[in-house]
Amino acid sequence: MAKKRVMIVGGGLAGLAAAMKLAEVGIEVDLMSLTPVKRSHSVCAQGGINSCNDLTRQQGDTEWKHFDDTVYGGDFLQHQPPVKEMAYWGPKIIDLMDRLGVTFNRTPEGFLDRRRFGGTLYKRTAFAGATTGQQLLYALDEQVRRWETAGMIKKYEFWDFLGPIVDDQGICRGCVGQDLVSMEIRSFPADGVIVASGGAGLIYGRSTMSMACTGSAASRCYQAGVKYGNPEFIQVHPTAVPGADKLRLMSESARGEGGRVWVPRTPHDPRNPMSIPETERYYFLEERYPKYGNLVPRDIATREIFDICVNEGLSVDKDRQCVYLDLTHIERSELNRKLGGILEIYEKFQGVDPRDTPMKIFPAVHYFMGGLWCDYQKSADGGLVVGSPKNQVTNIPNLYAIGECDYQYHGGNRLGANSLLSCIFSGLIVAPGVEALLQNSQGAAADLPASLFAQAKKQHQERHNQLLKNAGGENPYLVHQELGEVMTKAATVVRRNAQLEAAYETVSALQERARNCSLSDTGSWTNQNVVFTKALQDMFPMAKAILRGAILRDECRGAHYKPDFGMPALASTDDAARHQEAQEWCDRFEVNNQKFLKSTIATYTPSGPEITYEDIDTSLIPPRPRLYGLVGAEVIEQVWKERQAAKDSKSGNGAGVGGAGKVAATP
Amino acid sequence: MSDHSHNDNASHTSHGGGHAPPDSFEVRVLRQDSPGQASYWERHRVKYEPEMNVISVLQQIAAHATDVDGKRVAPVVWDCNCLEEVCGACTMLINGRVRQSCSALVDNLLAEHPGEIELSPMSKFPVVRDLMVDRGRLFRALQKVEAWIPVDGYYDMGPGPRQSQSTQEQTYPLSECMSCGCCLDACPQYLKVELTREEGESEADFEARKRAAYDEGFIGAHAISQVVLFNMNPTGKMQAGERLDAMMEEGGLMVCGNAQNCVAVCPKRIPLTTSIARAGRATTVRMVQKWFGK
Repeated sequence: MAKKRVMIVGGGLAGLAAAMKLAEVGIEVDLMSLTPVKRSHSVCAQGGINSCNDLTRQQGDTEWKHFDDTVYGGDFLQHQPPVKEMAYWGPKIIDLMDRLGVTFNRTPEGFLDRRRFGGTLYKRTAFAGATTGQQLLYALDEQVRRWETAGMIKKYEFWDFLGPIVDDQGICRGCVGQDLVSMEIRSFPADGVIVASGGAGLIYGRSTMSMACTGSAASRCYQAGVKYGNPEFIQVHPTAVPGADKLRLMSESARGEGGRVWVPRTPHDPRNPMSIPETERYYFLEERYPKYGNLVPRDIATREIFDICVNEGLSVDKDRQCVYLDLTHIERSELNRKLGGILEIYEKFQGVDPRDTPMKIFPAVHYFMGGLWCDYQKSADGGLVVGSPKNQVTNIPNLYAIGECDYQYHGGNRLGANSLLSCIFSGLIVAPGVEALLQNSQGAAADLPASLFAQAKKQHQERHNQLLKNAGGENPYLVHQELGEVMTKAATVVRRNAQLEAAYETVSALQERARNCSLSDTGSWTNQNVVFTKALQDMFPMAKAILRGAILRDECRGAHYKPDFGMPALASTDDAARHQEAQEWCDRFEVNNQKFLKSTIATYTPSGPEITYEDIDTSLIPPRPRLYGLVGAEVIEQVWKERQAAKDSKSGNGAGVGGAGKVAATP
Repeated sequence: MSDHSHNDNASHTSHGGGHAPPDSFEVRVLRQDSPGQASYWERHRVKYEPEMNVISVLQQIAAHATDVDGKRVAPVVWDCNCLEEVCGACTMLINGRVRQSCSALVDNLLAEHPGEIELSPMSKFPVVRDLMVDRGRLFRALQKVEAWIPVDGYYDMGPGPRQSQSTQEQTYPLSECMSCGCCLDACPQYLKVELTREEGESEADFEARKRAAYDEGFIGAHAISQVVLFNMNPTGKMQAGERLDAMMEEGGLMVCGNAQNCVAVCPKRIPLTTSIARAGRATTVRMVQKWFGK
């Protein structure tokens, strides 16, 4: 009998964490990646990785509060058990990365230094300069190289995942890949396939994502029948530096270290920003959100920057939209020590030293909270059963999804410095489950009839050959540009149904055009043209799922902001009337939750996505209004608490934490 | 040459030195269709846009796929990913100097050399096609020097050893190495190793033959610097001897001719020559210890 093997698709943090953990328990791994894994998009993560720690603990922080911040920041759209488990693993994951040699910044006494990130009041974030993602990725890359040297991991770098191989019973038995150099297409039998392919920023043309983030692997799974969860939830990062080829991220850590966002009170003030006096500067985040200031959650910071530029006309420049992100009040040596990496990027690409001159930034598409649907097994204490093969498995048995390409951890909005945690966590948690899967399964995939694998290969070879022959006259790069423009306009910060419907029509038309591409390279050696065209074609099913999900969700939640369906601020000034208004607000909030506090589930059909909704496990922390900065927030919060207390006393349920067992809920 | 000389990556954008920007400019690309074939120059005319870098130039060339005479040509092949100079993928020779194409701004290039930009593949690695090269040898060197922390495993064992701020300030710059290969391309001692698969040779045999050939060649500044990095880590130190031994083998540290080009071209300004000097002292000590049978 052949030996059982696991195929991992993608070598970022999630894929590498899974690979090293599987190798440790003696399972041989094939690792397929579009790029050498050390060049994966995780290197672009800058700010840090969150966990409760010894210091914050003494200030009242707990893993539970990290869990609470994550679901509150995500507007309660996540199933809570996986998020809880992740928060409780947080400190252990940072310890592990420390042991693997990550060059985290240190305190004078030699402990890990921490900074504050958005959506929390605690300094939870461990960091390595401003290149934390790069440093974490390298530590995992090194461990994987160690296992590769020992013969436990075989890398297939510069390979494209073309799709899972699913047998007659609907079980995944491996995948098909293509060598991007020789263009050879090959079937890989595998007893488990773990997709860790990251986000799909290229659907938006330019974003903060890397060029490998086409979403093609996730799309190919979706088209093969994997459900796609919460597609409409796309994080637009508040601070990026616009560029012709890419929108370069300016980390939230710039604000975490004291960076202030402002615009001149006079529109397009032509003066040098350093000579504009304090009184003529509008620090709009600090004024509008006194509690969190510049560190409000990302969706809110993004909308405010957008609002200042688009609605208030206060953009710094007249001909393009941007606001100042100012670090000039901070000591140079401190900036170099804590933010050196990102400041150098700005200096290199903009030719201006951000230590002397405020940076010009604007929001950009950054992260996909949604992704491939996956399952979990809930434990008695409301976390996960470690070692269950259900953890991270998609609706196709033996096919798993982890990292940014899954939909599991961030709900409606991701908190800063939580993605590095969710990527490593999902990689570590999937491994023992897959180990159990292999132990319990009969026979190895490699011993299945060869026809299954030959057939899958043939199907992909035919698609490839057909593309080379196409002569429809369309240029894939230009179609891609148009797709990016439509998606960026309709499905980012502010969403309106008429615009989304129009965009859906345009995207459908573009999809037709993408089928008629003529390739400028029809060769069979390192043909990037055909690989890109395939990826482009596979962007459309996902783009349509994003748009359809957004059209059908008539509410505001997390990053999905539809002003036509917003919850109003309280208007009256009289106490009693305000209280009454807050009651009505809460009624409306509850009615809305009954309808929309559900995961959007897109199922692929050739004519477009079928959308259904799935109930969410909110048994640990009852959903509550997310009220950062809303006028009347205190009154609503008060009224909401009274209502909850009344409900709890009626049901006799102490704190409303069904299933949480011994863990105490916090208000 | 000074240890502190470095490239002008961080120099300020000159916006064409005050002149009006050109409507278009010419890009000369050294192309090669596949390994073993002859290379040839191809000229492209590119429309000028503000804030272009070499990536956006290559994107424009790929989208149009016609040369300067309007002849249809296959798009130029090149490697890239992050576009913000942290992944190392898009390294090539730009106007003869090795660097990342994402951080090569067109305004600066045209100010240095008006009217034309010249692109060619890295010179010390086998060309796969056009501007894309095979840098597998670079990663093989990291295997050879065991560039990792030999932890017992990935179970929860509590935090790692405490480290001082000054240690972190020395190790962090070394761990920013993105394996781009600039230091290797500029090194006079780093010679190209290019093998082709023979008829009837299996993939595994070919891989093994390549590894053996790579191991005979110079490991290069990047790998030496990684040895210094891991030998500074409190846990990594426990295997310092093995890493130093690997550096004393054929193709190791002694091949370095002290030209110091590596440090001059490193885009991350990693103090590579300092690492080489430290590694030199450490291997000497190691050798003496071995003579005395310690």
